[in-house]
Amino acid sequence: MGKQLQDNRSRPVVVITGFGVLTSLGRGKQENWRALTRGQSGLHTITRFPTEGLRTTVAGTVDFMELAAYSAPALSTAMAAEVMREAVAEAGIGTRARFPGPLFLATPPTELEWPQRKALFGDVNDAAPEQGYKHLLRAASSGRFNDLYPLFQFASVGESLAEEFGTQGLPISLSTACASGATAIMLGVEAIRRGDTEAALCVATDGSVHAEALIRFSLLSALSTYNEPPEKASRPFAKDRAGFVMAEGAGAFVLESYAAAQARGATILGVVSGCGERADEFHRTRTHPEGKPIISAIRSALADAAVDAEDIDYINAHGTSTQENDKMEYLSLKAVFGDAIHATPISSNKSMIGHTLTAAGMIEAAFSLMSILHGTLPPTMNYDIPDPEIPLDVVANKSRQAKVGTVLSNSFGFGGQNASLVLAGEPS
Amino acid sequence: MTTFDSRSGASRKPEVWITGLGLVSSHGAGNAAHQALLMDDRCNPVIDETRFAPYPVHPLADIDFCAQIERKGDLRQMGIWQRIGVYAAGLALDDAGLSGKQELLDKTDLIVAAGNGERDEVADGNVLAALADAPSSCGALTGAAFGKALNKALQTAFRPTLYLAELSNLLAGNISIVHGVTGSSRTYKGEEMAGVSAIEDAVRRIESNQGECFLVGGAFNSERADLTLSYELCGALWQGPFKSVWGRSSLSDGNGGFIMGSLGAFLVLESDAHAKARGRKPYGRISAVASGQAKRSTDERYEAGNADPLLQELNAKLDAPLRPGALGVLSGASGVESATSNELGWLDGLESNGVAPAIRAFGTLLGHSVEAHFPAGLALAALAIAEGRFFRPFDDSGRERLFEGAPTRLLVTGWGHWRGEGLALVETVDTH
Repeated sequence: MGKQLQDNRSRPVVVITGFGVLTSLGRGKQENWRALTRGQSGLHTITRFPTEGLRTTVAGTVDFMELAAYSAPALSTAMAAEVMREAVAEAGIGTRARFPGPLFLATPPTELEWPQRKALFGDVNDAAPEQGYKHLLRAASSGRFNDLYPLFQFASVGESLAEEFGTQGLPISLSTACASGATAIMLGVEAIRRGDTEAALCVATDGSVHAEALIRFSLLSALSTYNEPPEKASRPFAKDRAGFVMAEGAGAFVLESYAAAQARGATILGVVSGCGERADEFHRTRTHPEGKPIISAIRSALADAAVDAEDIDYINAHGTSTQENDKMEYLSLKAVFGDAIHATPISSNKSMIGHTLTAAGMIEAAFSLMSILHGTLPPTMNYDIPDPEIPLDVVANKSRQAKVGTVLSNSFGFGGQNASLVLAGEPS
Repeated sequence: MTTFDSRSGASRKPEVWITGLGLVSSHGAGNAAHQALLMDDRCNPVIDETRFAPYPVHPLADIDFCAQIERKGDLRQMGIWQRIGVYAAGLALDDAGLSGKQELLDKTDLIVAAGNGERDEVADGNVLAALADAPSSCGALTGAAFGKALNKALQTAFRPTLYLAELSNLLAGNISIVHGVTGSSRTYKGEEMAGVSAIEDAVRRIESNQGECFLVGGAFNSERADLTLSYELCGALWQGPFKSVWGRSSLSDGNGGFIMGSLGAFLVLESDAHAKARGRKPYGRISAVASGQAKRSTDERYEAGNADPLLQELNAKLDAPLRPGALGVLSGASGVESATSNELGWLDGLESNGVAPAIRAFGTLLGHSVEAHFPAGLALAALAIAEGRFFRPFDDSGRERLFEGAPTRLLVTGWGHWRGEGLALVETVDTH
C-alpha cells in the first residue's frame, strides 16, 4: 500500500516541493534560517528616506535589492521574482519560463507615490498649489509620464511575474491585508484539491515601507516607537510590547498534488494539510472581544486538516507585538487548545523580521516548514518581561530543539481578516 | 487558470444559481431602475460632461446611503467607493432574502473585486501645496529637505481613519461590519480582471463543494480625481463629448478611451441545493466562467487577431458549445483600443459557426466600472434572463443588432482595457 495520496475526504493531498524566502535578514531560506535561529534581527534604523520628525524610525526594510529607483511595486516585484526563482529551482518543476500551473499573488497597495506626484506637480510651470489633482492631471495628459502607468497597476506586478515564470492562465492578484500570504496558499490548495491543476505557484510580497505608509500606521498608533536599539523594537507577547515594526520581504511556495509530485519523483518537503478562514464583523482594526472569528479560523483549519489541537506540536504565531493582537491571539488559542496551550511552544518571527504585512503569512509558513524540516523552533526575541496575562510557552530568546510534525501558522489582518494554516511533514 | 471540470462522476456537480442582485449606478439603485433599461425603447446614458471636464463621467444617481448603512459612525469611516459597494451588497442580500439572517450570513463567503481605496483629495492637495517649496529634483526620496518636508506635510494633512478608506480589502471589511457577512472574506485585485477572478472563485468553489453561498461583486466611484489621474497616465480615458463605446473605438485616431461610470454590482451566488433548501428561486445560473491573459504585443496593444487562439480556448471551456442562432452578448468592452476592436472581431468571428451575436456594450449606458464591470455584466444578464427579454441596442452604431424573443443563454464578456479577458455564460434555470 502506497502513501495516502488523498486525504480522508478523498481530496488530493497538497504537498510543498519548493519554497523561497527573502526578508531583511537576507536572501534565500538558508541564510534566513541561520540568522533566525541565532536570534539575529533584521530590524534597523530607516535610511531609505529621512525620518526627521517621525515618531517611529525603525523598520525591516530590504535594502540590498538592486533597483533603478525605489517604489513599492518595483521592490515588491523584484523580491517576488527572487523567491519564485528559489522555489521553482528547488522544486525542479516545469521548464524555464513555463510553470505548469497558475500564479496566486498577494501584493501590497500599488499606487502613485509622493516622488511621482511631486514630479507631476512640478511638471507644469504655472504651479498654482490650490489646484491639487487638476494640476497633476494636466501633467499626466501630456503623455510624458505614461511609463509610470504599468508600475502602478495591480495587474502589472502579476503580469510581469507570470511572464517571467510562464504560469498558466490569468495571474490572480489578491489582498486580505496582513493575512494575504496565507490566503495565497489557500487559493493554491483549493485549486489543487478541485483538480483544476496539479501545481500552483503561490507568492506574497511587500516592499511598501515608504514615508506615507509609515506615517499612516503611525497615526493609527500601531507602530512600536522603541527606536533604539532597533533590534529591541518588536516584543511579541512581552508585557512591554508597544506596537509592530513595519517590514519588507517575500515568500513563495510551489504546491503540487501529492500524486503528481510523486509521479515526477520530486522531493516532498511538507504538506499543507489544513486551511481555515473567517471574517470578523466587529471592527475595522480590532478583533471581536471574545475572539470568535480567530477561534473559528483556527478550528476550521484544524478540522480541514483532520487533526486535534493536541496534534499541534508548535505554533508560529501572528504575534505582531501590539497589545491587542497578542492578547487576542492568546485568548483565542486558549479557547481552542484549553490547558494544552500552556505546553505548546509558540514563537513570533516578527520579533526579528518585523511585520512583513502582505508577505507575512507566506514567509511565516515558510519558517513553519523549516521548523519541521530542521527540528528547531526559532526564538521569540525581546521576551524579557513575560506578560502574566499571556501565559504561553513562548520560545524565549533562544531557539529550541524539538521534533515537530505539525505546525499551526496564524495570520490576521485589518478589515476582519483571519486565516490559519496547518502544515505537516511528509506522511510516513 | 480555469479548466472546466468535465469529470463525470456519480454525484452531479452543483449548479451556480444567481439568487440576489444589488445594482447601483447612474440610473438609480435596485432592480427596478435597471429593469427599466430592458423595457424602455430608448434608454439614454446619464452623463456629466462638465464637472471633470475634459473627462465625461456617468455620475452616481442620488442615493440615500443611510438606507443600507444605518450607523453614522460606519458612514463616516467610508469613502464614496466603499459606500457604493456596501450599499449594493446590502441590496443583493435583501434581494436574496439573506439580510438579518445571521445564521446564514455567518456561512456566507464574501468575495470583493477592488482597486486601490480612495485618497483624500483635499489632504493630498494640501501636501502638494506644502511640497511646492521643497526642492524640485526629486525623482527619488533622496533629498533630505524633500523628505523632511514630506514627513511634516503628511503628518499635518492625514487623519488616522483615512487610512482605512484606502485599503483595498476594507470594502470587504465594511460589508462584514455593516451586513454581518462573516463566512470568509477575500479581495481580488487587477483592474477588470479582479471582477473576473472574484466571480470565477465563487463559481469554482460552488461547483466543487468548497462553498455553498457567496456574496460577490465590486464597486467603482467615477467621481474621483485620484482615479482619473491614474487612468489618464496611460491615456485610457475618453476626453470630450460623450460617445458610445463603439463610437469611441471606431474613430480614426485609433486610441479610443473609456468613460468612467460610478457603479456598485453585487450578486448572491449559491448552489442549487442551498437555494432550494431555503425556498429561493433563481434569476438564472452561471453555467461557465473562463479567464485568460492573451499576449498583447510589446507596444502594450493587441496586434490584430493575435489573441484569437486564446479566445477560442476560452470559448471551448463553456460547458456546452454555443449553438447556431442568435446569442445575446453583454459586452464589457471599454472603448479603449485595440482591446475593443479585438473583442468585436472575435465576436463577429462567431458567425462563422452560425452564432449571430446581438452585442450590447453596457459601458455605453453605465460607463466603464473597471473592477465592478464584469459583475455588473452578469447582473444585467441575470435581469434579462429572468425577465425573458433582451436589451434594445444601446447605440445606433449598427454594431448592436436587434434581438427578438426571450433569451435562454447570454454571454458576458470582460476584456481588460490593459490586460486580461473573461467570459461567462448565464442561462435560464428550469426549476420544475
